[in-house]
Amino acid sequence: MSGIPVEAGAHADDAAPSPKEAAASIVAFPDGPLLVRGDFELVDPEGAALPRRRRTIALCRCGASALKPYCDGTHKLIGFKAAP
Amino acid sequence: MKQPSARGTVSELVLGIITGVGPAQPALDGLPDAVDRAVVSTPDLLFDDDLQLALFCLYELHYSGIDGASTDWEWNPTLIGARGRISAAMEARIRQEVALGELPAAKSEAVAAELFRMTGEAGGPSMSRFVAKEATDQQLREFLINKSIYQLKEADPHTFAIPRLTGRAKAALVEIQADEYGGGRPARMHSALFAKTLRELDLDDTYGAYLDTTPAITLASSNLMSLFGLSRRLRGAAVGHLAVYEMTSSQPNRLYSRGFKRHGYSEEAREYFDEHVEADAVHEQIASRDMAGGLVESEPDLLEDVLFGAAAALYVDGLMTVQVMDAWAGGRTSLLHSAASPV
Repeated sequence: MSGIPVEAGAHADDAAPSPKEAAASIVAFPDGPLLVRGDFELVDPEGAALPRRRRTIALCRCGASALKPYCDGTHKLIGFKAAP
Repeated sequence: MKQPSARGTVSELVLGIITGVGPAQPALDGLPDAVDRAVVSTPDLLFDDDLQLALFCLYELHYSGIDGASTDWEWNPTLIGARGRISAAMEARIRQEVALGELPAAKSEAVAAELFRMTGEAGGPSMSRFVAKEATDQQLREFLINKSIYQLKEADPHTFAIPRLTGRAKAALVEIQADEYGGGRPARMHSALFAKTLRELDLDDTYGAYLDTTPAITLASSNLMSLFGLSRRLRGAAVGHLAVYEMTSSQPNRLYSRGFKRHGYSEEAREYFDEHVEADAVHEQIASRDMAGGLVESEPDLLEDVLFGAAAALYVDGLMTVQVMDAWAGGRTSLLHSAASPV
């Protein structure tokens, strides 16, 4: 793009990031997992990194995942409820 | 993609035109009427081999192309016209069938709740439970061959929707697609993981290798995604369709993996399925709330389209599952010809 001025915040109504946004965010999804986005490390109690294959992860919150600490969707089968 | 064999008048005309068999003009002149006749007279467009193959080939000009077909054909007005005629009839056929319940509020949480309700209630036979517990080795191979028509270009149709979205919905779709495309690592692309599974079973991982053995309804499932992805008018449906795919994936893939393990297939062969258990547990949250919910909040008029896309995905893929499982229940192959022994 060459020098065409772009109006800042043209889509500001859609949750545009603010300059002060945290490095990472955790979203608690109703009846579902904790979604973690951004710049973070996932480690075991000794501080060693856990295997991680993607930038954004979903952490199990219902306790029934076979992939803990990650979510595997089992919360839907056991009728897990949490709000949020 | 390798040129497929024609399955009737329309696909023969289309393939003849784009691959340069004989002079193109007479075939182009005859195409609109041939398409019209076929669309009007077909007992069911979703199961029409000739029309679904023709549509698949016309869409394929926008993806990887077809061997021997000049790229100039991609935007040929007559071909675009034929594609539009077939796809409009297909959309009408599906709209006749899918009934949307009472519309939820045009709010992210309400849209997500409705999508979870729709995907949770989807009836019909369970392919994943069958694969986990009962499918024979030959049926596992057929299962992969049927899937290969889409999974070797997994994510591509919905990617066409990216420039048509803005803000939260766009960020969500890109976040999902980045993961589908391996997060920058080509070997981790879902299509590449699927290709590895095919190779582990000594199947051909070339895109379109099994097209000639793929039944019409499987092509219809793929064509539906192209229809939604290539039309800005249907961007809401593209989003609803992808949301359903992400929301009906985690648990089934765990069962698919179990089925392949039952037959002694390696971790390498099962990685595609195992990856989807974890990835789609992430994606379904992003897809339902941020992508579908976010789109509806920014464009409330698209609420119905989002739910239509979701219902259409469940409907067409439901038909595909029924056809495959009916064939297996009757001791038959679910594929065309004698492709039951494709290796």
